[in-house]
Amino acid sequence: MGKSLYDKVFDKHAVRKLESGQYQLMMGLHLIHEVTSPQAFAMLRERGLSVAYPGRTFATCDHIIPTTSQLRPFADDLAEQMLVELENNCKDNGIRYLSPEQGEQGIVHVVGPELGLTQPGMTVCCGDSHTSTHGAFGAIAFGIGTSQVRDVLATQSLAMGRLKVRRIEVEGRLSPGVYAKDVILYIIQQLGVQGGVGYAYEFAGSVFEGFSMEERMTVCNMSIEGGARVGYVNPDETTYGYLKGRPYAPSGAAWDRAREYWQSVRSDSDAEYAEVVRYDAADIEPMVTWGITPAQSTSVGGQVPEPERFEEADREVVREAYAYMDFEPGSAIAGKKVDVAFIGSCTNGRFSDFEEVVKHLQKSGKRVAKGVRALVVPGSQKVRARLVEAGYDRVFEEAGFEFREAGCSMCLAMNPDKLAGRELCASSSNRNFKGRQGSPTGRTLLMSPLMVAAAAVCGEVADARSVFGVS
Amino acid sequence: MQDVKRTRISGRAVALSGNDIDTDRIIPARYLRAVTFDGLGEHAFEDDRKQLAEAGQQHPFDRPERAEAEILVVNRNFGCGSSREHAPQALMRWHRGIKAVVGESFAEIFFGNCVALGIPCVTAEPAAIRRLMAAVDADPELALTLDLEAGRVSFGAAGDGIDATMPEGPRGQLLSGRWDSTTELLEGAKQLAEVEAALPYGFSEAG
Repeated sequence: MGKSLYDKVFDKHAVRKLESGQYQLMMGLHLIHEVTSPQAFAMLRERGLSVAYPGRTFATCDHIIPTTSQLRPFADDLAEQMLVELENNCKDNGIRYLSPEQGEQGIVHVVGPELGLTQPGMTVCCGDSHTSTHGAFGAIAFGIGTSQVRDVLATQSLAMGRLKVRRIEVEGRLSPGVYAKDVILYIIQQLGVQGGVGYAYEFAGSVFEGFSMEERMTVCNMSIEGGARVGYVNPDETTYGYLKGRPYAPSGAAWDRAREYWQSVRSDSDAEYAEVVRYDAADIEPMVTWGITPAQSTSVGGQVPEPERFEEADREVVREAYAYMDFEPGSAIAGKKVDVAFIGSCTNGRFSDFEEVVKHLQKSGKRVAKGVRALVVPGSQKVRARLVEAGYDRVFEEAGFEFREAGCSMCLAMNPDKLAGRELCASSSNRNFKGRQGSPTGRTLLMSPLMVAAAAVCGEVADARSVFGVS
Repeated sequence: MQDVKRTRISGRAVALSGNDIDTDRIIPARYLRAVTFDGLGEHAFEDDRKQLAEAGQQHPFDRPERAEAEILVVNRNFGCGSSREHAPQALMRWHRGIKAVVGESFAEIFFGNCVALGIPCVTAEPAAIRRLMAAVDADPELALTLDLEAGRVSFGAAGDGIDATMPEGPRGQLLSGRWDSTTELLEGAKQLAEVEAALPYGFSEAG
C-alpha cells in the first residue's frame, strides 16, 4: 500500500514518539502575528526560555492594522501597543518581521505564499485557524493556540496526534461564473461543519488540478470551516511554477534538490485513505450562505430551506440562524437587500480575486448601488501594489468601491472596519458566525468575490452570471 | 508553571445547550485586542448574554446560581472556528474558572488548546448529555465528578452517571500531569536538531 502526502510529510518531521502516544512533530515554518503571539513570548520570558530556531519563524501584522492608513501611531492605543509588542519580540529574538515600512506586510496567509516561504512537503503552523491555506502547496499546515505558539518558539515542535485522511475528489468542469469559493462552500454544505474533525482533507481530481495556486488557497483556507484542521492539494507543475523565483524559494542546485523532494511527497496512486468522497463539478452553482455557520448555504437560485429539511440534531441551529438572520424559511436568497459589500480576507484577498471582479466591472460599467458601502481590501501590500500598477484601484474607485490598505479588515473586526447594528454584508470572507464582522447583531452572507460585486451593484443578493453576463 | 495531574475534577456545573457554538461567541474578537489574557473571564459569551438579556431571557452564564460552576456541559462541535486560545482562557477565568468541559463533541483546535491548559474535554453520547443537562438544569447545587481515569462523569444518587471519554493521547497527558508539553518537547531537542538538519528544504538567503 502506498502513502498519502499527509503521512509522508508527517513521517519526515516526526522527531520521536512521546509518552502519551502522540508524536513530537518538527515545524518547518512558523508564522506569527500580533494577536496570538505576545502571550506566548511572555510565557517564554517567564520560564527563561529562548527561541530555538528564530530563522524558521516569520512575523507580520494583519488582524488589528487599520486599512484607511497604516501611519503610526495607530489611533487605537490597544492596537498600537500590540504592534509595538510584536516589533519588540521580533527584535529581541532575531525573528524576521515582514513590516509595513518595507512593503512586505499583509495577511499572514497571503504573505507566506507570495514570498515563497510556504513550500511543498513542509510542516507549517501559525496561531490562526486559517493556516490550512498553506496546504495548497502540498504542505501540512494547521492552526494552533497560543500555548502551542510557545512550544514552537521554544522547541520548533509540537505534540501532535496523527489525523486520518479523507480524499475529496471533484471531477468534471465548473460552469462559467462558478469559482473556488463555491466549490469549498459546496463541500462544507455536503460534509457539514464538523465532518472534518479528526481528518486532513486531500483535495483531488480534475477541478483542483486545473486550479491556479490562488484558487487552491481559497479551497484549503476554508478546510477548517468544515472542521478539518488540515487541507491540502498535491504539488504539481502549477505549484512549482508559482514558487519559482519567489524571494524565499530555493534557487539553483537547491531548487533541483527541493523539487525532487516535493515530487516525492505526492500521494502515491495506491495510497490508502480513511475515506474517499466524490462530487461532480457540474452540480456546483454559485453559493451563498444564509445562516450562522459556513455549512448553511444554498445555490444563488435557491431558497432558504425549511428547518424540517434538516436532521433533528441540526434543526435547533437552523432555527437559531433564522432568528438571528431574520430570514423567512422558504424565501429566495436572491433579492435580500445588502448594506455592505466586502471583498478581501485570507480566503479571497489575492490578485486574481480582484482581477476577476475588475474585468467584469470594466466590461459592464456597473457601479455600486446607492446606499451600499463597498470595501476592497487587498490581502497584502504586494497584492495592493500590483493592483495599483495595473490601474485596478481606479476601476474600483470609479465603480464606487473604497480601495483600502492591506489587512484582515472586515473579516473579523479587530480593526476599525466593522458592521454597524443589524447590517447585512455580502462578504468574500470565511465566517458567517454571529457577530463575526464586529457588530454583535451584524449579519454575514459568504460568497465568491464576483458574487459580492454583483450584490454591491444590485444592492441585493443577485446571480453574478446574469448581472455581469457571464457565460 | 507546575504540572498537576488531572485525574478527578469535582464541582458544580453549568449547562449551555446548542450545537456549533464558535469561539467568536465564547469570546468576541474585540477582547483579543490585548497583549495578555487578563480580564477575559467577565467577557465570556458577552454578546450572547446581552442579546438574551435584551430579549428578556437569561444566559446560563448570567444566572447567579451558576456563578460557582466549574464544569461546563455543552452539545456538539463546541469551540469551532477561530484558533484563539482566548476562548478557553476566558472560560478558565470566568468566576471560579471552568476546569472541565463535557460535551457531545469538540472542535479540534479548541480541544487542543484546552488540553494545553490542563482542561479535559470529554465526550459522551447525545442521550447521555441530554440526561446530564437536565440534571444540571434541575439543581444548581448538583455536584459533578469527572473521573478521567474511569472515563465517567458521576452525579446525583450514588452510582448514577454517564460514560465520558477522551482520546488516549491527551488523556494520558492529563492523567500524568504532562499536559504542558514544553518541558517534554525540550527533552527531544537533540533528536529534533538531527531531523532539522536533514530536511531537504529551506529558505533562500535571497529572501
